[in-house]
Amino acid sequence: MIPELGNFALMVALAVALVQGMLPIVGAARGNEAWMGLARPAARAVFVLVLLAAGCLVASFVRDDFSVLYVATNSTRALPLRYKVAAFWGGHEGSMLLWLLILSFWMFAVSVFSRHLPQSMVARILGVMGLIAVGFLLFILLTSNPFDRLIPAAEDGRDLNPLLQDPGMVAHPPMLYMGYVGFSVAFAFAIAALLGGNLDATWARWSRPWTTVAWSFLTLGICLGSAWAYWTLGWGGWWFWDPVENASFMPWLAGTALMHSLAVTEKRGGFKVWTVLLAIFAFSLSLLGTFLVRSGVLTSVHAFANDPRRGVFILLFLSLVIGGSLALYAWRAPKVGLGERFELISRETMLLTNNVLFLAAAGAVLLGTLYPLFLDSLGLDKLSVGPPYFNFVFPLLMAPALFLMGIGPLARWKQANLPEIAVRLKWAFGVSLVTALLLPLALGHWSWLAAAGLWLALWIYAATAVNLWSRLRPLAGTGLLARFRSLPLGYLGMLTAHVGVATFIVGVTLVKTYEAEKDVQMDIGDTVTVGPYTLQFGGVSNGSRENYLFSKGAFQVTRNGQIVETMYAEKRQFVSQAEPSTVAAIDLVRDLYISLGEAAGSNTSAWIVRVYYKPFVHWVWGGCLVMALGGVLALSDRRYRLTRRAGQEALDGTLAGTVPA
Amino acid sequence: MRYLRYLIPLGAFLVLTGFLFRGLWMDPHQVPSPLIDKPAPQFRLTQVADPAKSLSRDQMLGQVWLLNVWASWCVSCREEHPVLVEFAKSGIVPIYGLDYKDTRDEALKWLDRLGNPYQASLFDADGRVGIDYGVYGVPETYVIDKSGTIRYKQIGPITPEILNEKIVPLVKKLNA
Repeated sequence: MIPELGNFALMVALAVALVQGMLPIVGAARGNEAWMGLARPAARAVFVLVLLAAGCLVASFVRDDFSVLYVATNSTRALPLRYKVAAFWGGHEGSMLLWLLILSFWMFAVSVFSRHLPQSMVARILGVMGLIAVGFLLFILLTSNPFDRLIPAAEDGRDLNPLLQDPGMVAHPPMLYMGYVGFSVAFAFAIAALLGGNLDATWARWSRPWTTVAWSFLTLGICLGSAWAYWTLGWGGWWFWDPVENASFMPWLAGTALMHSLAVTEKRGGFKVWTVLLAIFAFSLSLLGTFLVRSGVLTSVHAFANDPRRGVFILLFLSLVIGGSLALYAWRAPKVGLGERFELISRETMLLTNNVLFLAAAGAVLLGTLYPLFLDSLGLDKLSVGPPYFNFVFPLLMAPALFLMGIGPLARWKQANLPEIAVRLKWAFGVSLVTALLLPLALGHWSWLAAAGLWLALWIYAATAVNLWSRLRPLAGTGLLARFRSLPLGYLGMLTAHVGVATFIVGVTLVKTYEAEKDVQMDIGDTVTVGPYTLQFGGVSNGSRENYLFSKGAFQVTRNGQIVETMYAEKRQFVSQAEPSTVAAIDLVRDLYISLGEAAGSNTSAWIVRVYYKPFVHWVWGGCLVMALGGVLALSDRRYRLTRRAGQEALDGTLAGTVPA
Repeated sequence: MRYLRYLIPLGAFLVLTGFLFRGLWMDPHQVPSPLIDKPAPQFRLTQVADPAKSLSRDQMLGQVWLLNVWASWCVSCREEHPVLVEFAKSGIVPIYGLDYKDTRDEALKWLDRLGNPYQASLFDADGRVGIDYGVYGVPETYVIDKSGTIRYKQIGPITPEILNEKIVPLVKKLNA
């Protein structure tokens, strides 16, 4: 009964979403209040219905209902409860339902936090989101229904992929989708503004917090995914330029550009056309990512179901959404006026450069991801584009953006004075350069790349400090802390995010330059040295837990003859799976990584062991967390709370003219 | 004319859609082999089960046979193995294995545990023969005809569909 209930909820949701996607938009065009008023209740109803469907799927997992095909393929009786719940998004059908659930959650959020918006705007925004929901509901019901029955029911399920039985996997997809799908809000705002012809600073002000929150989630999601790969894949890598990773990274790049562009549109009224285009791009890249992952046009370590019928459906949907919005853009954008003029040297120019660089980077990633497909379609060649391409092109495009990150926040709007900025930043420049040249020597191995990476990071740190100090110094106030508190959170959020970027670069640079790797066969008592550490193998012991058997290798770590700790690396054999999986021993503080390979033979106690020393690797994820924290700080800015409380009448006054009567 | 530039994103997207659509009908696993319809490269290798016995390409002449490249360390081989074991029982065509970059010990244990579909497995410890055959990723399977010519190459695991739709019809045609 429960799966049928879920199925039924999805069908009703489809009907409601159809209403939500049509009547309010038509109503907004005709000035029909009653039709516009349908948007909010419809959006909330869709959310409740999809939530109900999701609850039914979770219940089917928890009750071990193996008469549901999706449950039978992604769970077993022995699976621990937390993974039974997470198995929800362990496969294709559930992932799509999660996508839809999060989309409807965002619709619900918009319906709640939009009291200060004019009704026609809300109607159009929720209408656009409703249409997207219709597409996904159809996709789920027609091609990927998680409630499909398996008759006769299976005795036991096929189990969740062991790689996914990991705490990181419980949190990674929801976070990632919150970000991915969150861009649908900025997208809906942009389409609504194009439809309504009210592309202005107020539109940018409303879009900004939604974009920032989606961006923060996406940052966290990508960060978790990368950490998960490091933990469970056993290769000691944290980013592989895999098509699926790229699919989540491209919207992040476009979203970053969008956030910066929105700042200009809000503050200066400029870049409107550009901002709309970026909003369309960010969400289009999210959809494209979904297509790439779900259709199987590209091979990837993530290898999901490969079904051309699904691919055709998503591609059709993709064409309608992206093609439609780009056509609307081509029709409406030429009528949008330009913003205020600005000089060549100004904060606007720097943000524009930032946008172009980020978009170029997204384009480069897209090209690298799709290049094999292009060549193959043209019948030219079969090849795959590997990390060397990305590792070459990407830093090259990002380096100028990172350099500008130091200057941009200090530059004035409209017209900035380059000599003045140079004077203010000369110490930051000098100190960061000298330190970056000397630091690699102190670390024991000098390389140009290490120096360049460190310099960019130190430059951002130093310039950010200069910026902060220049804001703190002239403030009245007794203590430094009191003055610090009076700074707007939006500003602090920006600085924090920039510091996060610098931290990330330090991590990447140092890992790339100073990592060491040893592949050895070790018998009990054997030692191996990586970086400053010596590891002694203490043998392997066997045991069992919940739903797997394990072999656990013990390694005693010494540094300068002092014992620091004992680390344990595991090989797990899940009862239901043929392949063992690896759980590496990871010491985040000391950046050690030990992965247990195979036993060297049946009559020896020796094992193949892979040991990595990854200096500063935790800065990579630490940097991402700090970036996301910056987003959260910006969201907590006072002005968002103020507009919510006092905004109603003021906004009604300024916008009355734009609402079609 | 100045309206045209607003059409650029749409145009670029339409081109992209065209490629994506074509992409749906292509199999990214399919790599054409330059060896198709060429004589199978020579080899003389010892058998996995018995280092004293060896086999060469020319001993195979006069029959249609499958050469399946496998290894005990290969994950996809394990996925493919039950299909081969089942297929071998039908006796439609003899299957010979090429144990690629493996150790004899591990390989024998593997066959012991998962079943042995092979008439014999050739032991290619250093992967020399694999290179001659252009092995691109394990598992791979070659269909070789009576005159010792390679007629088909499958990259990646064999599935029941591939057997029924491609390999079995081809073998029947070659034997006819």
